[in-house]
Amino acid sequence: MESRRNPRAVVDPKVRQVGFFTSSQPDSSSTQQQQQQTDPIPASASSPPVSTISPSGNSLSPVMIPPPRLNSSDTFPLRGAAAGASSAVSPSSFSYSNRRDFPDGSTTASPGRHSRGSFVKSSTPVASSLPGIGMDSMAAAKSSSVPASGLTTVSVATMPPGLAEKASGMEVQSDQKKNSKPLKEKTTKAERRAIQEAQRAAKAAAKADGGKVPPGTSASVASTSVKVAKPAKPSTQKNEVSVAAGVTEKKGGPSEKDRKKDAPHPRMQYDDESRVVKAKRRAVVKQTEAKNRVELFRHLPQYEHGTQLPDLETKFFQLDPMHPAVYKVGLQYLSGDISGGNARCIAMLQAFQEVVKDYSTPPEKNLNRDMTAKISSYVSFLIECRPLSISMGNAIRFVKNRIAKLPITLSESEAKAALQSDIERFINDKIIGADMVIVKHAVTKIRDGDVLLTYGSPTAVEMILLHAHELKKKFRVLVVDSRPKLEGQLLLRRLIKRGISCTYTHINAISYIMHEVTKVFLGASSVLSNGTVYSRVGTACVAMVASAFRVPVLVCCEAYKFHERVQLDSICSNELGDPNAISKVHGREDINYLDGLTNNANLQFLNLMYDATPSDYISMIITDYGMVPPTSVPVIVREYQKEHLLV
Amino acid sequence: MWRSSASFILDKHLNNKPISITHSIDSPPPPSASMADENPNPNPNPISAYYETRAAHHGIVTSEWLEQAQAAVRRYPDHDDSVSPVSGRPFSVIEEFNSWRQQPDLAEAVAAIRALAAVIRSSEATTMMELEIELKKASDTLKAWDTTSISLTAGCDLFMRYVTRTSALEFEDFNSAKSRVLGRAEKFGEISCKARRIIAILSQDFIFDGCTILVHGFSRVVFEILKTSAQNKKLFRVLCTEGRPDKTGVLLAKELAKLDIPVKLLIDSAVAYSMDEVDMVFVGADGVVESGGIINMMGTYQIALVAHSMNKPVYVAAESYKFARLYPLDQKDLEPALRPIDFNVPVPPKVEVERSARDYTPPQYLTLLFTDLGVLTPSVVSDELIQLYL
Repeated sequence: MESRRNPRAVVDPKVRQVGFFTSSQPDSSSTQQQQQQTDPIPASASSPPVSTISPSGNSLSPVMIPPPRLNSSDTFPLRGAAAGASSAVSPSSFSYSNRRDFPDGSTTASPGRHSRGSFVKSSTPVASSLPGIGMDSMAAAKSSSVPASGLTTVSVATMPPGLAEKASGMEVQSDQKKNSKPLKEKTTKAERRAIQEAQRAAKAAAKADGGKVPPGTSASVASTSVKVAKPAKPSTQKNEVSVAAGVTEKKGGPSEKDRKKDAPHPRMQYDDESRVVKAKRRAVVKQTEAKNRVELFRHLPQYEHGTQLPDLETKFFQLDPMHPAVYKVGLQYLSGDISGGNARCIAMLQAFQEVVKDYSTPPEKNLNRDMTAKISSYVSFLIECRPLSISMGNAIRFVKNRIAKLPITLSESEAKAALQSDIERFINDKIIGADMVIVKHAVTKIRDGDVLLTYGSPTAVEMILLHAHELKKKFRVLVVDSRPKLEGQLLLRRLIKRGISCTYTHINAISYIMHEVTKVFLGASSVLSNGTVYSRVGTACVAMVASAFRVPVLVCCEAYKFHERVQLDSICSNELGDPNAISKVHGREDINYLDGLTNNANLQFLNLMYDATPSDYISMIITDYGMVPPTSVPVIVREYQKEHLLV
Repeated sequence: MWRSSASFILDKHLNNKPISITHSIDSPPPPSASMADENPNPNPNPISAYYETRAAHHGIVTSEWLEQAQAAVRRYPDHDDSVSPVSGRPFSVIEEFNSWRQQPDLAEAVAAIRALAAVIRSSEATTMMELEIELKKASDTLKAWDTTSISLTAGCDLFMRYVTRTSALEFEDFNSAKSRVLGRAEKFGEISCKARRIIAILSQDFIFDGCTILVHGFSRVVFEILKTSAQNKKLFRVLCTEGRPDKTGVLLAKELAKLDIPVKLLIDSAVAYSMDEVDMVFVGADGVVESGGIINMMGTYQIALVAHSMNKPVYVAAESYKFARLYPLDQKDLEPALRPIDFNVPVPPKVEVERSARDYTPPQYLTLLFTDLGVLTPSVVSDELIQLYL
């Protein structure tokens, strides 16, 4: 939360200066004067001189700026700058801008994450309302503008020139879009018109200056630091726009922290168009989106499966920033070769181990920071391949936490060794070891003559059944399965090979079969802190039928999959599978009645991957901390996270 | 867990009231008729020793007996020394335990805790590890002595956790570490001893004037609660179930009548019939399990079910040393504790008799647990257990 609020609070005063900076400039372009007269709001949106001021109080050395991965640079100097500028501003204006900022921010995008959006929005109220203070701080900013602009050019210079141009154009446009949207309801007609005009002007400006930026920006750092600063002051509009583009780019471009935020968030709302567009721009995997989506689940990503794999495979040797191990795992997620919470998590962690092994700190970089950024970029790639599971999220959190906690005194090789062993330990203790303990606990609940029902193919349950069989317990297993994955058949095959007596049925027959069952063993993708079990779709159905028949439901789940989130339904967070999987039955041409209807506008397929089982239907959760009631999940989360920090 | 013990309420209470509510031993017992109920006959092996002990205690927890016991204690004020093996004779934890167990108002778990403390005291170990092993062996012996007693097992486990938990002990020299362990052991025993009083004081607030309380079985904690409330001039009525087969309800009714509490005796099957006029149900517990449910004398489950369906609160009074790391999924998921059942008529051959002495009440039918850690909802039990055992 801190990191989110920080930039916002800090950005405000700086932007406020911007509006008045432009207005006070005698030779600013006519469009800007017009803006100034009508309404100061858009001025801040398109007004470039920000850059000249922004890094005024910069305390960070430019060395700290990580290299842009795609079309990105850094926010650090800006933040530092803003902080410096804010000192010149009276505190009252500061808090005011914050307050105003909140409602605006919440209406559209969260400002923290999309700092570009917030940058504009947050600036507006202050700019229009507190001119006096703006002037003061502007003066302060002016005095320090020379070295500052040098800094900004650094960040621009690091980008390939072509990209910078493109980005600048895009940024301005998107900014305007952002800007105009939330204001629509509040502004008067005249104001709206003014905004529109300003936007048009800015657009034109952005286009016009497109070709002329590179010479300034691509120059070497040392030489430009003064040179560029000078021309920036008597700013012609072209220059302004270009630098502004650099600034906005900096804001939007992911720094170590921002990149993490900008990466498609695990719970990104995919019905929010602007974010989807933004995420797509960054995406490595180009997925084509499915056309007909169910209204209620529009916020979840849905792609047409099978389109992206060949494309990615050809890119294998071109993808420079991606580590091959991560790339491989990503492809395996995409193609479904690795599935199941534990398998996915272990594969990811092992890929990260490879990453750590092959890692060498770039010159003038800090291992802790650079590695975190790297991991974040890999994670965003993995998310593009398949949305993260909660367990993977926890594992990533662990890895990042370990990286952040590495003592600076360690040499690189020591740090790498420490990290690798930490990851190894996580795999061994929290996943493999946890399963052993779960098996040990769960076996005590299996008695002779039991009829155990399981759904799908949970690995923990499989281990329990096999172990119980080894202990010569006499029991029967009912494997319940469901289309389209039919994972239960794999489980069935493995159980039968060991000589366990099994019955196989589909979930349709669950209410019939339940009366002979004595215990239900289920796996879980995650357990949430209200006791809700988030698991393969169909689990809730099985649990509810079992509880209606008064059959105890035991959920086996490693504690690293626990999450403090609370979820009441399976709608707000879920994963959509391939719609074709439910519309077609392979090898049964005679019953594929939906052939040719897949693209019908009146037909939507919903292939949900997970569902949430309320805790009422669960008798017991078996974890590596023993057998606990679902009400104790928050206790485990609390204790586990305490330990998490200690590990 | 133990640090959070609500024992402060006891001190506060004592401070507030110069004339404290006296412990059962000190209370002047009203004159009464002699006990009609006899100890059940000693039974062959499968019979639960725990329930035998309970029955034995029930047979003698009368005011007269307490008086005698008190006198006996006065005669041998230094109980510990007489037992601790100053002589060369090998120390036996069972003997120690049994000698403590003779005191009827001392719960089995507390007796075990006292016995284990005595083990530490008499230990000749020279390292912490040795001491720990010795202690472990003793507690295992105790647990094996009666596997059906949940509170004995739980008490031993908790004692072991409580006494040997910190790793800081390893950094001290052995003698100071040992004395520290001993101090803790004694503190634990003291807390356990006081537990019943704490519970009584905590839970009497739930009894309001004019209420009717249904009680099942003879729980010493519940009895203490009712006694405390009566002594605090609360006006309430008690319905006692009969408590077949060992007629514990009859016994409780008799004790309550001595305290001038209006009491009515029901047969066990009349619970649903009279649930209408009941305001709350009070039961004790043999053990409190991880789910927050309780294991208690046969019949508790059905009373809880009836109360639940009529929206009456079910309160459980249990000391925290009865918290056990068990998680029964259903009634059969427990080690059965069997006891003899006398039907007063010859049971025809080929007829099977259900002899289980206890049942499991799931947490959803319980309202609150009164423990010495405070008044808890069932789900907190697991919280406490996790914190203690993790």
